[in-house]
Amino acid sequence: MAKTHFSLIAQDRIVYEDDVDMVILPGASGVFAAMARHAPLMATLQPGEILVRKEGEADRYFAVGGGFAEVRPDEVIVLARSAEAAEEIDIQRAEEAMRRAQEYLRSPEKDRDIERRLAMEAALRRSLARMKVARKRAAVRARGVEQAPLPPQSEEQE
Amino acid sequence: MATTREIKRRIRSVKNIAQVTKAMEAVSASKMRRAQEQVQATRPYATKARDVLAFLARIRPAYASAQPLLQQREVRSVGMLLITADRGLAGGLNHNMIMHAAKQIKAWQDEGKSVELVTVGKKGRDWMRKYGPPIRAEFVGIGDRPASRHLHAKFRTRATTEVGPIARILMDDFTAERYDAVYVAYTRFINTVKQQPVVEQLLPIIPDETAPPDMAIDYIFEPDPETVLSQILQSLLEIEILQALFEAIASEHSARMVAMRNATEAAEDLISDLTLTYNKARQHSITMALLDISGAVTALEK
Repeated sequence: MAKTHFSLIAQDRIVYEDDVDMVILPGASGVFAAMARHAPLMATLQPGEILVRKEGEADRYFAVGGGFAEVRPDEVIVLARSAEAAEEIDIQRAEEAMRRAQEYLRSPEKDRDIERRLAMEAALRRSLARMKVARKRAAVRARGVEQAPLPPQSEEQE
Repeated sequence: MATTREIKRRIRSVKNIAQVTKAMEAVSASKMRRAQEQVQATRPYATKARDVLAFLARIRPAYASAQPLLQQREVRSVGMLLITADRGLAGGLNHNMIMHAAKQIKAWQDEGKSVELVTVGKKGRDWMRKYGPPIRAEFVGIGDRPASRHLHAKFRTRATTEVGPIARILMDDFTAERYDAVYVAYTRFINTVKQQPVVEQLLPIIPDETAPPDMAIDYIFEPDPETVLSQILQSLLEIEILQALFEAIASEHSARMVAMRNATEAAEDLISDLTLTYNKARQHSITMALLDISGAVTALEK
């Protein structure tokens, strides 16, 4: 299978870079998969998970805190606000962050400062994405499945 | 020959200078380490961002018309963001940057283009006020940790300033056609002993012509071209400006550390020279005194 060069770059480091078979990305208007010879595409990403599949290797999961993705026929570049591999995620910290954000959004303070509220909502989405990725990773490990089955028709779609 | 007392005083003052420069060297060294880490951490992101922007800029006719930041116009007026340090005592750093920028400005003016400046840092501003083109805006005291709202929160915790207003002025003036092109002049950090003044074009974004021409120029945009392009262009440009600041800050502290180390070494050389002269002078006066005494003794014996 033709490979595509995938680079996942967070603002302070290169998180992952390799030739891979497929990347699944959390686009702002829906999850999409990119493989070699994909049409050129430019997308904003929402906080969520990135799945990287490489023939003969276990799937890799990454949590991403929003950013941009550029897909070229032979290359996929993700410029992420933040990104970490599933095994790097600190679940406890993500949970704490989630609770803090939820508390704030429940308190009456939330209507006082719109910007802070938006920031908190974004933080909540990011921590949820982190926890989801970390849990999924744990589940895949427990089942001993190295390549998770894909949801139906998720390839080559928007 | 100078009297021993005078030499002694000079030695003392040079020793004081050495102490001060040594302290400044130590301070710069720690600032330098942090600034170098900062510039190197964000470099891959900034480089890729530039790459993506250049690739993106090729989509000219299709969507570019709606994107003010991609407009290519005939260049009649130029805006330059000049980044220098607030403080001196950094060897040739500021001078080299200013001269490099001034040469470029002169070249533009010779071509009949009007030039305006946005300055960051006192040194460049002060020089340009006297000898340079008009200054549109000036920023001083940006500190060692500028940040952008497009950066992840964890890099903004101890931020000293925001790069937003600087980027805003440049983008707005370009959009309003006050400038037909915007450049940034900064000192690129290469390593501790080497920094290089450069002038780079920020706007309009230069399309990447090296990409294979047969590659489809039409992009699919998610969710839609306007949202994606305006978000990407603005935030990546801001990151580019921020990276230029990081480069300049790392250069400043590196240059200052090296300059202070040289100053300390020069002072130490001077001290050893002076000490030698002092000892000679002292020896000379002792010899003279002994001669006097032995002369007097001989005279008495006669």
